[in-house]
Amino acid sequence: MAQGATAAEMEQKPAIKAQGLKLAFGGVKAVDDMAITLGRGEFLGLIGPNGAGKTTLFNMLAGTYRPQAGSILINDVEASGRDATARIGLGLGRTFQIPKPFPQMTVLENVVTGAQHQTGERLFANFLRYGKVKAEERAAIGRARELLDFVKLSHLAHEPARVLSGGQRKLLELARVLMADPSAILLDEPAAGVNPALLEFIISRVLALNAQGKSILLIEHNMDMVTRLCHRVVVMAGGRYLTEGKPAEVARNPAVVEAYLGAAA
Amino acid sequence: MIELISYGAFFLTLALTYAIMCLGLNVQWGQTGLFNVGVAGFVGIGAYVSALLTTPDAPDRFGGFDLPIAVGWIAAAIAAALASALLGAMTLRLRSDYLAIATFGFAVVVQLAVLNLQKLTGGPFGISFIPRPFGALASDPLVFGLCNLAVVGAVTLAVYGALEHLMRSPWGRVLRAIREDEQAASALGKNATVFRLQAFAVGGAIMGLAGAVQGHFIGYISPEGYVPILTFQVWAMLIVGGSGNNRGAIAGAILVWAIWAASGAALAAFIPADQQARASALKIVMIGVAICLVLLLRPRGLLGERATVSRHVENAGDHAKDKAS
Repeated sequence: MAQGATAAEMEQKPAIKAQGLKLAFGGVKAVDDMAITLGRGEFLGLIGPNGAGKTTLFNMLAGTYRPQAGSILINDVEASGRDATARIGLGLGRTFQIPKPFPQMTVLENVVTGAQHQTGERLFANFLRYGKVKAEERAAIGRARELLDFVKLSHLAHEPARVLSGGQRKLLELARVLMADPSAILLDEPAAGVNPALLEFIISRVLALNAQGKSILLIEHNMDMVTRLCHRVVVMAGGRYLTEGKPAEVARNPAVVEAYLGAAA
Repeated sequence: MIELISYGAFFLTLALTYAIMCLGLNVQWGQTGLFNVGVAGFVGIGAYVSALLTTPDAPDRFGGFDLPIAVGWIAAAIAAALASALLGAMTLRLRSDYLAIATFGFAVVVQLAVLNLQKLTGGPFGISFIPRPFGALASDPLVFGLCNLAVVGAVTLAVYGALEHLMRSPWGRVLRAIREDEQAASALGKNATVFRLQAFAVGGAIMGLAGAVQGHFIGYISPEGYVPILTFQVWAMLIVGGSGNNRGAIAGAILVWAIWAASGAALAAFIPADQQARASALKIVMIGVAICLVLLLRPRGLLGERATVSRHVENAGDHAKDKAS
């Protein structure tokens, strides 16, 4: 019963709850006292003019930068002092703005690499516990093939990832992070540099993931995409929280318009 | 005829000891991208550890402990692995060029240490009377040579088999992923430092084993066997053979050793005796020319790296064949 209650409680806990985040590069306060919460199952957009600190915030959430102050709870575990390698173990995956496939490896091997807790990743287990390694590897490959079906890359499974187009690389990266089965995903500009036909497909996949219960935080410049996907949008300007709301409300908000125009002027 | 076969066995045995070193370097450089220019140091550690453990008691230095050859070889691999792990733990977080400087320095330290620790290593005189496998057969050069070749060949094959097994395992896949994009691998929870350290230690262990095997085959080791030229030779072998490919590492070792031996013989035949010492530098030139030719004609080496996939992916090989045809 106690465990059931804990699971029910977890349902209520946000996927990410960050508060008081601060990071300065030299004298420049890139992010200053920023808070953001990604609810469980939520599709949240993060927007703001260039230089607003979105990418810095994203990198702190992803563990690439360590905040100088503040806290980051990922699935209720404090993560601000831990590095990027630890994020996936806490249930947080990410994609990259410029996709980072493993270019010489096949598309299928790229996806399998996302598997977690593989016995075969321990050096000596490959000799001492070969049966277990084999069974896990077969299961991982089966799962990877399902994910390639999901992103419609199965026909390219045995090609090296370097032959994929920009949009296909984004899909590959999505399949690879799904292999680790994170409960929350940070999406870094999935629309950037993708042709319109493929973009529609990426949108459909991302929506399907959200429908499966994945919490998603999206950084995106394409406002059309933000409007179509996000339940809620947080706006940053000058390294700080500016406002939030439903996408349509935010787009009409004079403060947001001013932040964008002010930055442009 | 018998002499020719004897020489062939001798040549191939020696070449295969280099092939084992080359396989070790391939784990570090070919698989993981670790720029180790201290190969000679790890080979030397292996050679000296095994020699100390297996030689008969010597009054003028520490040891010999007269242990079985197999014990010496295993200890050599373990000692070199520990040395690599220690050096790696201190330097693998650094950028690759610092790793190169650190490993080079390490190899020089090892060489100077064995040169000067006379009570432990015999100093400049080295260690002789290292027991040779099948030493009892030494009176029959042909049988002795073939037996040695069989032993060294078996060790090479075992190392090759184990490495192929690892390269196609999830462990090998993570190494490749880290080599290709560390940030992406890290976002998938793969700790680059830990995997690099393991690969560095595995490579070092193999180099140490190679050093031990070579020492026991020749029967005598001395500090001048572990100078930087050895590192250069092993690197040349890997580049010529094809880094990232274990068969390439073996083929490159045999080919480069053949060029080395043939140019030595040619120099002996054609250069006047009083010029021989200076002319021996031409052997290094020959290797340099061979590297340049290979890099121009086959930039990825004789046998370049091929896409390695998990052995559990069905039909991947067939697919590759379909594409080739």
